Amino acid sequence: MALGDLSSSSTSELHVLAVDDSIVDRKVIERLLRISACKVTTVESGTRALQYLGLDGDKGSSGLKDLKVNLIVTDYSMPGLTGYELLKKIKESSAFREIPVVIMSSENIQPRIEQCMTEGAEDFLLKPVKLADVKRLKELIMRGGEAEQEKTSNLISSPKRILQNNIFFFFIIFFIITIIVIFIV
Amino acid sequence: MQRQVALIKQSLFDQGYLDEQFVELEELQDDANPNFVEEVATLYFKDSARLISNIEQALERGSFDFNRLDNYMHQFKGSSTSIGASKVKTECTMFREYCRVGNAEGCLRTFKQLKKEHATLRKKLEQYFQLARQAGPKETARRPK
Repeated sequence: MALGDLSSSSTSELHVLAVDDSIVDRKVIERLLRISACKVTTVESGTRALQYLGLDGDKGSSGLKDLKVNLIVTDYSMPGLTGYELLKKIKESSAFREIPVVIMSSENIQPRIEQCMTEGAEDFLLKPVKLADVKRLKELIMRGGEAEQEKTSNLISSPKRILQNNIFFFFIIFFIITIIVIFIV
Repeated sequence: MQRQVALIKQSLFDQGYLDEQFVELEELQDDANPNFVEEVATLYFKDSARLISNIEQALERGSFDFNRLDNYMHQFKGSSTSIGASKVKTECTMFREYCRVGNAEGCLRTFKQLKKEHATLRKKLEQYFQLARQAGPKETARRPK
């Protein structure tokens, strides 16, 4: 999957920042993400999330994270900064607006969902979040990442890509020859 | 012994104490994380004890701050949903309805019932987890029929 070093993060494992004020939900979402082969960092508030990303305006805190964040999953209803407000702050930042943000909520309120999607949320999950939701989400994000790489790699001719296509052809021909040989013998 | 564990679990579902979400959590267990559900349950009961105490204090004050009460109950309902605590969740929903219409009497009554359901669930789950640990890891991860 790694078509050369076109992105600065590892393409095989997503690093997810999960934001939820409920300790029970943090434990569950962490497990769901770990099972889906993601690295996880959990924080208990929108404020802490901004601190982690280095977006809280405090010039000295930009070094808190050691891994690039590929996805942010946040609860909607939290004291202090709501998930929606966190989403807005992330989309307003030039450094982080490309990071997909997913909102989770226990309440199926259509205007709320629309508001989040309009603000740029990648998806809106209803709680309790299930493993199938996380797996689907991961696939979506990975495919999005691949699409990014596809886009840029189409502009740059990648020798690895040409080789991959050739290997594909070789396999087909080998397979056909094997079938023919079997018929002859 | 494993059959006993299975029976207890089945009755928790049949009597409506637990719902499908509990099964979802059990399916997240594996050899490396065999006690995940028990860990979540422990966190849940610790957290909900705190919420119950907060609600009790708020109710004792006499002046019914329905907004605040609804806030606590929203959290309570959330974590109860996440662990599959069906009966507790139902009481939370009712309590929030009473908050919405400003019915203090209803809130008090429902809260009493909620504490009862919560305590019952706690006892039954403690018993279940204890037996499950004694019986061995095989039974806990299986779906009830």
